[in-house]
Amino acid sequence: MNHVQVLLPQHLRTLARVESEVHLEIDGIATLRSVLDALEARYPMLRGTIRDHVTQERRPFLRFFVCEEDWSHESPDTPLPAAVSSGKEPLMVVGAIAGG
Amino acid sequence: MSKVRVLVGTRKGAFICTSDGKREKWEIDGPHFTGWEIYHVKGSPADPNRLYASQTSGWFGQIIQRSSDGGKTWETPGGGMSMAGRMPAGESNKFVYDASPQTGKPLTTHQWYDGTQHPWEFKRVWHLEPSLTDPDTVFAGVEDAALFRSTDGGKSWHELSGLRGHGTGPKWQPGAGGMGLHTIVLDRSNPQRMFVAISAAGAFRTDDGGKNWKPINRGLKSPYLPDQTAEVGHCVHRIAMQPSRPNVLYMQKHWDVMRTDNAGESWQEVSGNLPTDFGFVVDVHAHEPETVYVVPIKSDSEHFPPEGKLRVYRSRTGGNDWEPLTKGLPQANCYVDVLREAMAVDSLDSCGVYFGTTGGQVYVSSDAGDSWSPIVHDLPAVLSVEVQTLA
Repeated sequence: MNHVQVLLPQHLRTLARVESEVHLEIDGIATLRSVLDALEARYPMLRGTIRDHVTQERRPFLRFFVCEEDWSHESPDTPLPAAVSSGKEPLMVVGAIAGG
Repeated sequence: MSKVRVLVGTRKGAFICTSDGKREKWEIDGPHFTGWEIYHVKGSPADPNRLYASQTSGWFGQIIQRSSDGGKTWETPGGGMSMAGRMPAGESNKFVYDASPQTGKPLTTHQWYDGTQHPWEFKRVWHLEPSLTDPDTVFAGVEDAALFRSTDGGKSWHELSGLRGHGTGPKWQPGAGGMGLHTIVLDRSNPQRMFVAISAAGAFRTDDGGKNWKPINRGLKSPYLPDQTAEVGHCVHRIAMQPSRPNVLYMQKHWDVMRTDNAGESWQEVSGNLPTDFGFVVDVHAHEPETVYVVPIKSDSEHFPPEGKLRVYRSRTGGNDWEPLTKGLPQANCYVDVLREAMAVDSLDSCGVYFGTTGGQVYVSSDAGDSWSPIVHDLPAVLSVEVQTLA
């Protein structure tokens, strides 16, 4: 069992009614897909806000940051780094900058 | 004593304004859903404490919110913690176009700005119209234009695909603000009849509860169309009905204020002496079916009141003869817009009229438009105004 931290943008924390980072237990390999599946299973109101309901594609104005790297375009099935699957580093869901 | 509750959607949240029947002193509650665009908030006529809100964001997509206590608390219907044996949670935000082989197959593209075909892509809910009789039934008008219905209090949504599929869908095109279904008008006298309006497709009517639809745009004339009187393609901004005369509808089109006396079979222009007949809102007095309100906007490229004077225009003759209503409204240097969802009327004996501006003001008139005062001055840009008259 992997323990993963997820950092959500403020609006999604408000929607999910969580104060800070979310801690999830992941059965099996921690990947973007398995972590987001677990996140949405626990907080169903987040379905559709990070990934499209049907295609499961990342919404265009969101990005995924992992260990100071941009994972937005990684395959959703790539295993996350050990630092993330062990809970030392968070998976960050970040709203892309838009406007100025 | 009667009360009114005004539901205001803005660019950065929702606000609920309440007052007694005098409509002089107001309590403002909010913002709700801080930082999100709230396209529309509307209460159920069957249960005034049941409210629905459309919360939307370019980043995070569409959220449906529901209240069962008049807006004190809100929930995402079916979006709470998952529970075994219950319906799938988190479906309340899911608007998926009908792609079934029987009805969805031909509904693949509409016309893009340049005349080419473009796939339908869901973006947001523009309008929520609760059923007149069942608090758990609510219709949603969405962008790209389609009509959805929920019969379980907003937990799940299903497209009434007969609208998109009746045949003219490939000729619909987006207006400047997108291709939204923004107006849904229910007929109290005929539960099977419903009117919708789409920018820029036009007005449509069903007489069988949403299964079959037909365009009702005869009499509309739009100079931006190759065929100015085409069956579809018209940029209708708003339609309003007075419930006692359901066959009479008033329309604010992109340009032109129109009227039909036969449920949309044909329309006549009633712009008359308006200073400009461009605008977004139109509404009808709660008790006087020939008393109509519009807010003229200078032009399609200059979205503010002519001469910098914010004026509501009222006709007491069902159109053509209009009088400006200015008392209490700014008559100099006013350059706000009044968007299509941002006008409403209450049903108190002395009919109240309400509208909101992109400058963040919400105005009320408790004397049918003769005089106005601001409920609130400095909200974010107002997208929608609805009012509930409470016993």
